[in-house]
Amino acid sequence: MAGLLQVVLLLVALAVVYRPLGDHMARVYSDEKHWRVEAFLYRIVRVEPKTGQHWKTYASAVLGFSAVSVIFLFLLQRLQSLLPLDLGRGPVPTGIAFNTAISFVTNTNWQSYVPEAVMGHTVQMAGLTVQNFLSAAVGMAVAMGLVRGFARSGADRIGNFWVDLVRGTVRILVPLAFVSAIVLVGLGVVMSLKSGVDVVNPDGSQSTIALAPAASQEAIKQLGTNGGGVFNANSAHPFENPGAWSNLVEIFLILLIPVCLTRTFGTLVGNRRQGYVLLSVMGVLWSAMLAVIWWAEAHQHGTAALLAGGGLEGKEQRFGIAGSALFANSTTGTSTGAVNAMHDSFSGLGGGGALLNMLFGEMTPGGVGSGLYSILIMAMIAMFLAGLMVGRTPEYLGKKLGKREVTCAAIAMLAMPTVVLLGAGAALLLPGTAAALNNPGAHGLSEVLYAYASAGNNNGSAFAGITVTSDWFQTSLGLCMLFGRFVPILAVLCLAGSLAEQRKVPQTAGTLPTTGPLFATMLGGTVVLVAALTFVPALALGPIAEALA
Amino acid sequence: MKRLLTQTAAGLRALLVLTVLTGIVYPLAVWTVSRAPGLRDNAEGSIVTVDGFPVGSELIGVDPVAADPANDPWFHTRPSAGSADPLGPGDPSNSGGSNKGASNDDLNGRVRRRVELVSLRENVDPAQVPVDAVTASGSGLDPHISPAYAEIQVPRVARASGLTEDRVRRLVAEHTDGRALGFLGEPTVTVLSLNLAVQAAR
Repeated sequence: MAGLLQVVLLLVALAVVYRPLGDHMARVYSDEKHWRVEAFLYRIVRVEPKTGQHWKTYASAVLGFSAVSVIFLFLLQRLQSLLPLDLGRGPVPTGIAFNTAISFVTNTNWQSYVPEAVMGHTVQMAGLTVQNFLSAAVGMAVAMGLVRGFARSGADRIGNFWVDLVRGTVRILVPLAFVSAIVLVGLGVVMSLKSGVDVVNPDGSQSTIALAPAASQEAIKQLGTNGGGVFNANSAHPFENPGAWSNLVEIFLILLIPVCLTRTFGTLVGNRRQGYVLLSVMGVLWSAMLAVIWWAEAHQHGTAALLAGGGLEGKEQRFGIAGSALFANSTTGTSTGAVNAMHDSFSGLGGGGALLNMLFGEMTPGGVGSGLYSILIMAMIAMFLAGLMVGRTPEYLGKKLGKREVTCAAIAMLAMPTVVLLGAGAALLLPGTAAALNNPGAHGLSEVLYAYASAGNNNGSAFAGITVTSDWFQTSLGLCMLFGRFVPILAVLCLAGSLAEQRKVPQTAGTLPTTGPLFATMLGGTVVLVAALTFVPALALGPIAEALA
Repeated sequence: MKRLLTQTAAGLRALLVLTVLTGIVYPLAVWTVSRAPGLRDNAEGSIVTVDGFPVGSELIGVDPVAADPANDPWFHTRPSAGSADPLGPGDPSNSGGSNKGASNDDLNGRVRRRVELVSLRENVDPAQVPVDAVTASGSGLDPHISPAYAEIQVPRVARASGLTEDRVRRLVAEHTDGRALGFLGEPTVTVLSLNLAVQAAR
């Protein structure tokens, strides 16, 4: 009961900010004027903010920017010993640096290292925090490119990436993150430039308590659906998430932008109900998965849980089952990947629910920007399927979905399952994999599947018992993250270009309305069906087998 | 190709200026505000001091080890997965959980052992040992225990510290927090401050 009220309070808070933030973001991405600080930034970067870009230029900008970001972040970690506040932690090993650079630039924030031991404060702030902002801003920019594709008619430009990037950072992410970070410090999250503090415990023993500039990164880590912890235990660490209030605030921040972007979308395409229908599909799937995970965790039936009297292994007392299930569902339904409890210790069904959330393709409600473009892709697939059934050329939002559009949508949709299944399959064939697992049997297979699902969907959470420091895992997971992020982005931008060029077709009696319950059901059904058809065999060997055991 | 090179060059410049904004100005601005009275203690780890000396953090649970196990005056925290001893203290310079699933034999063995140890230590029936006493937390540094786990420790702590059970029970109540607003999170007992209060009352 108490847990349900917690969910109600969360939903009320989201409902209150839905309109103002959604409308604010719509203004940000359609405003004709540039702020003075932005104009100053454009001058330094030497870009002309007034000219729109062809989709190929926009895509080159995304790729070029991401490439230099990976290289910069890699070098920053390798050169850590030359930086101030490195805390003597030395150069980050090559494998970790490579994997981490890709991980943070792709908005995945998968972590193959122990932050307290490996990353100094400068790398955390000037490297990792930066990509927490910028990868989120890139996701939103790409989503806005696609939205403009729908909104524009007979145009060869889909916006200016540099303007979208700068505005998303300056007008949305930085102000929200700054306020949230201060609130989090007020709730007990640490924000210290020290490496730690030495204490003499009451029993006379001595300990060093690790400290870090956590609040500034915690805020953007949730808000930008990033998820990389400043401490190894991530948001289960009391310094990142000290209590019930901070827990609720962090879940709110995770859902905030992906949810409100549906309003932004509706506003920009001139029909808010188009946004509400997407939100309703996201909301129904999110709620259903919450019920599954919550129930499963409250009724764990594994031997250890029965011996202990409940499923609290890997969970914190202050959050309990309800607060942990709510967080787990939100962090995997978005591409966040922060955790306030160890998913590896969840039950078969509960951990399987978190895994399935990712395998939906991260759209319930998905990552910042990426959730919106992913669900729009599925909407087009749904309309294409509906068109096949009635024998009409499918349309969505007044645009015909011809060969090029459907091809782009299919590539965007198939990239993730391809890398997840190929990666996990290859890993399972390798002799070294069994030794890297922390759990035997079906649960061990889930660890491998979860790792590749997390990387391919740019989530970043883990069944963290698996040891991923071998060259194979560092490299293959790194490549999964890259392909899982940029193949869909390229397809989406190509799609945006082709949609923008089209003139809008007028609505006729034969047009399938995309604002009602019929369309919502079709869209939800398509999301579930595609995931089920692709992943049920794999899920049957892992979480389903474990849940039935 | 030329397009890609031009955009990449702009990308490098953009990355550098945005690094200054989001990687230097932003975190240092948050840090500066966190120096304000009322925020500073939180920002530096909610450190608890006794006579001016730091004895731990309100938010970090490090299990106290009794000098004489037969006469153990401490309230104990939840187990920490990082510790070799099934009930032993965690290390606050690191953090993490066991990451073992509920069908894992290692975990089964650990939980069984913990139930035994706790029921022996507190002289209660194994069925009375609450779940948080025998499961490792996610962080390994959980500062809290459930009121139920505190309750079964009361008689032992009272005996070892020479206080009446009622007195100890009142101290437990003073260091118990209910759910925020009556429904957020779970009821918790903060172990460090409770132990300090018991020591002060002796």
